[in-house]
Amino acid sequence: MQLTAQNLQCDRGGRVVFSGLSFRVAAGRMLQLTGPNGSGKSSLLRLIAGLNEAAAGTLQLDGGSADLAIGQQAHYIAHQDAAKAALTVEENLAFWRDFLGGGDVEAAMAALDLTRLSSYHAGLLSAGQKRRLALARLALVPRALWLLDEPTVGLDAASQERLAAIMGDHLARGGLIIAATHVALGLEPQVKLELRGAR
Amino acid sequence: MSLIWSLIRRDLTLSLRQGGGVGTALGFFLTVVVLLPIGLGPDQALLMRLAPGLLWIALLLSVLLSADRIFQQDYEDGSLDIMAMGPVPLEIVALAKAIAHWLSTSLPLAIAAPALGFLINLEPAAILPVFLAMVLGSVSLSMLVSIGAAVTVGLRRGGLLLSVLVLPLYVPVMIFGVSASQGATAGPDIATPSLLILGALALASLVLSPLAAAAALRSYLK
Repeated sequence: MQLTAQNLQCDRGGRVVFSGLSFRVAAGRMLQLTGPNGSGKSSLLRLIAGLNEAAAGTLQLDGGSADLAIGQQAHYIAHQDAAKAALTVEENLAFWRDFLGGGDVEAAMAALDLTRLSSYHAGLLSAGQKRRLALARLALVPRALWLLDEPTVGLDAASQERLAAIMGDHLARGGLIIAATHVALGLEPQVKLELRGAR
Repeated sequence: MSLIWSLIRRDLTLSLRQGGGVGTALGFFLTVVVLLPIGLGPDQALLMRLAPGLLWIALLLSVLLSADRIFQQDYEDGSLDIMAMGPVPLEIVALAKAIAHWLSTSLPLAIAAPALGFLINLEPAAILPVFLAMVLGSVSLSMLVSIGAAVTVGLRRGGLLLSVLVLPLYVPVMIFGVSASQGATAGPDIATPSLLILGALALASLVLSPLAAAAALRSYLK
């Protein structure tokens, strides 16, 4: 499995965020996006997820299912945690399991150390705990491509290690990761892509 | 199918737990209906004649009140992004969320309406026609309001704009709803076709509203 981008250009509000962007991520590899604020890291992740449209260029996922869009084979962890305050941790994950299809809620909670919090309403969680709830989606539903936007924000050291372990497992199973992060996750980022923003 | 059901069940749970859902809408409905006789005076014959129309106006306003809940929170907390990437088209998500709004708000209001009708001297013969017309009409109300909710999803304090956008769309439902509610008083020749047209409106809005709502949501996510 391999994700190839060729000559991507992204416009936001009439402004060119980046252009002429090409990269390739192979199975079992992680692409680390770096660059100053506003250089288009989040825009690129949303573009790959299919939430933005590319102004130019092509994106192709080889070896995936031909019937599914790239976004349907991807997990997207954004800045928002997509958790409902009035639902418990377990209910939040159970909904995403039903919606995204399949998966083991217990195992996902265990992977992110949320088991103890399973009956807490998400509204009661701290920022870091909410982040772990969002990241639990990664362990919940198997998807080939992970798009992570600043996944470590709010996480303590132990949780960062847990996240790194999950990401390592995913790569070892032949998954792909594209992560926008300034923090070294303890994983060797095999490919590094620096966005400088279009001038 | 189980996916649609999981979405509906989640929205119903949320509307029950968060408050500001059906309880508030019912309270608003009750308040409007109580205020009407105070404004119109205690003329019982006049109230009896106006009752179905007044109930419909109160129903429309109450449904509008809770409409911004349909998509707003999911848009703000990023859930809508994940749903847009999900295994089903956004149209199905919009349909499921509009159905959840109907079950959690419009349907309970429509069921409560005949009881509130006693406060404005709704004649007993009109109770069943009002009930039938409102249950059928409330499907269209929820579907149409989901379009307005999608169009205003990214706007803070979009409630007023939503009302301006959606109330004109309610005109056909209102016209046939009121004439179907007249029941025997207007003659069965008007009530039955009106009820059938209400059913047609409900079916058409079930098909068309999710398309419009999903198109509006997509333009916001970009």
